[in-house]
Amino acid sequence: MLKNLFKQKEEENPEESENARDDEKVTTRQDGEEKPEEAVSLGGLFGRLKEGLTKTKKGITDRVDDLVKSYTKIDEELFEELEEILITADLGVNTTMEIIDQLRDRVKENKATDPKEVKGLLKELLTEALEEVANPTLDLETTPSIIMVVGVNGVGKTTSIGKIAHKLKGEGKKVLLAAGDTFRAGAIEQLKIWGERSGIDVISHQEGSDPAAVIYDAIQAAKSRKVDVLICDTAGRLHNKKNLMNELGKVFKIVRRECEGLSQESLLVLDATTGQNAIQQAKIFKEVTNISGLVLTKLDGTAKGGIVISVSKELKVPVKLIGVGEKLEDLQSFEPKIFVDALFD
Amino acid sequence: MIFEGLAEKLQNTFSKLKSKGKLNEQDVTAAMREVKMALLEADVNFKVVKDFIGRVKERAVGDEVLESLTPGQHVIKIVKDELTRLMGETQSKINFSNKPPTIIMMAGLQGAGKTTTCGKLAKLLKKQGKRPLLVACDVYRPAAISQLEIVGEQVEVPVFSMGDQEKPITIARESIVHAEKNGNDVVIIDTAGRLHIDSDLMNELKEIDEQLHPHEKLLVLDSMTGQDAVNVAKEFNETIEINGVILTKLDGDTRGGAALSIRAVTDKPIKFVGMGEKLDELEAFHPDRMASRILGMGDMLSLIEKAESSFDQKKAKEMEEKLRTQQFTFEDFLEQLEQIRNMGPIGDMLNMLPGVPSKQMKNLNVDEKELNHIQAIIQSMTRDERTNPSIINGSRRKRIAAGSGTSVQQVNKLIKQFEQTRKMMKQFSGSGMDKLKKKGGKFNMPFFG
Repeated sequence: MLKNLFKQKEEENPEESENARDDEKVTTRQDGEEKPEEAVSLGGLFGRLKEGLTKTKKGITDRVDDLVKSYTKIDEELFEELEEILITADLGVNTTMEIIDQLRDRVKENKATDPKEVKGLLKELLTEALEEVANPTLDLETTPSIIMVVGVNGVGKTTSIGKIAHKLKGEGKKVLLAAGDTFRAGAIEQLKIWGERSGIDVISHQEGSDPAAVIYDAIQAAKSRKVDVLICDTAGRLHNKKNLMNELGKVFKIVRRECEGLSQESLLVLDATTGQNAIQQAKIFKEVTNISGLVLTKLDGTAKGGIVISVSKELKVPVKLIGVGEKLEDLQSFEPKIFVDALFD
Repeated sequence: MIFEGLAEKLQNTFSKLKSKGKLNEQDVTAAMREVKMALLEADVNFKVVKDFIGRVKERAVGDEVLESLTPGQHVIKIVKDELTRLMGETQSKINFSNKPPTIIMMAGLQGAGKTTTCGKLAKLLKKQGKRPLLVACDVYRPAAISQLEIVGEQVEVPVFSMGDQEKPITIARESIVHAEKNGNDVVIIDTAGRLHIDSDLMNELKEIDEQLHPHEKLLVLDSMTGQDAVNVAKEFNETIEINGVILTKLDGDTRGGAALSIRAVTDKPIKFVGMGEKLDELEAFHPDRMASRILGMGDMLSLIEKAESSFDQKKAKEMEEKLRTQQFTFEDFLEQLEQIRNMGPIGDMLNMLPGVPSKQMKNLNVDEKELNHIQAIIQSMTRDERTNPSIINGSRRKRIAAGSGTSVQQVNKLIKQFEQTRKMMKQFSGSGMDKLKKKGGKFNMPFFG
């Protein structure tokens, strides 16, 4: 009956879109990773990610290893246990079942008889699931380009903006920030401090003012000052609050109107600690803001971050960036292979 | 929506159970499988789910089930009871020290909502006649101090801060002196968000704990937290031995399975829940509501409870006997009608029934007046007429209509429907009867055509 339950769910999922693959082809304008002079610092970042993920890895890999050792042949019980491990990693029941089903097929195809092979196949599948929609590049073709940053409360929007701004500035771009969170106490000041740290201007109004007005002003300023990238902060809001989502919709209406023909990114920030609710968050934010990518924060904890696999699979939205710490440098482009390697190596 | 899908799924399983008269171990196992998945989707930690399922299974398979409402309803009840029990009691109290100031320390991961919750708690305590002092010990996050200052201003509670250059322990220590001097009887310490595996920062908490011995150490946890909630709660509890938990952002649509996980891991009470961004939106924790929420079955559970308390088991047995021997009369019907009405407005009840889509229910307006009419008609019958409806001829109908203030047509309609229903009931076996009796709303449906 468990099987039927999931089967039903699977059917609800629409077919894969081709967009993600197309996007992948144009992922040549990479920032950082391919430049040799930055390889060292990136190694550091990778190290940091790995450090953070060590616990994750321990979680998954050790258990997979234990499991594999304890089974001499591949049987139903092994698959069931693998299911459990993925669920524990916050992949969610749907994604877990999909992947396990695929794993079964692959085991058959490869005529795998050794339970140890299963781990490799599982890793392969997880990587593929992520690569399907992968596209770490931010579309920042025009001057100015605009990046909107949205998400529920406390996921790390402002911090992520500080890091993204720092990264873009490091690439020689002229960046401007907009303090669109006019609601939360101290949010404007928090963004200003991040701006100061990187020497970036912040357009702000007073606390309690209309966020749409701030964003409008910032867009005009970005145009007249000829900045390359404008990054807009927005107030954290729970996706089930209709009025707050409407407010966000209004802000986006202005952005679309004022930035016609300009490159626009709409990034949804997700907390790696979040469980299945992240899918719901992504769904509704996507409806309202047409999100173009995800930023996964707080990956330096013990949270497995498996929700990324579910969200990108279910919504066909690529993870673009990951946060692996509290420092300005602790932001990385998302690489499926590295991500999964770090989980399993 | 996830939520709706899940509720539906669970209800399907349980309605399958309900249609069976008796429950065997296989049925329970099947239901538990669904409950297990429901809990997992609600983000309850995997191990916690396993333990929970085991316990419920043990309780459900056994003679208890047979004596209860319907078997399916009883299983749900066991699941909910166990869940509620696991959630702990309502303990939305702060431990106050005999010797003021009472020191409250808030701790948690980044972005859990500590600073906002500090403000909410200060406001709540102020309402209770306390004189709280907020202390800004988050020296790391940019603008955290000014956030607390603004929050303090909003709730009209003083904020003690020493900037971001002092050590948290120093600020905390100084704040106690300040509170003593200024007559603040509660000190609420806002600490920086930290990862539970960040040993430096965890030691910092430990230092405050060891030196100032806070009377109340509260873990602030985001209700949307996934499987990792157990690790977080465990680490914080092992480092500073928390007294309780505040669950935040529960005004979202998360199922909040983390609540169950942290209870299972720490055994510490959930004291308050954050229900909104406004500073008065801190509420007491209700274990039963949380249990319903995690299960996603909402009001169905309260319907079961109502049904359980309203129906007299003995009378139900007699009724069943009567029905079986075709002795069901208007007298009995009147009695049933009264029992059902004791449960509250019919409209409410129908809304609580599982498997009845709430959208459809909105259009279906059960007319309470019609029930009054039915009751009046039956009450206008003589005893003989009630026990033997076949004697009700034309002139009797006229009399009944006049006596009840209705029309002959209405009387005719009721009698016709009653006969139909009686005929229909003959076809039901014992288990079918159970179902009809216990689902009061459905039982009466034929009469409303």
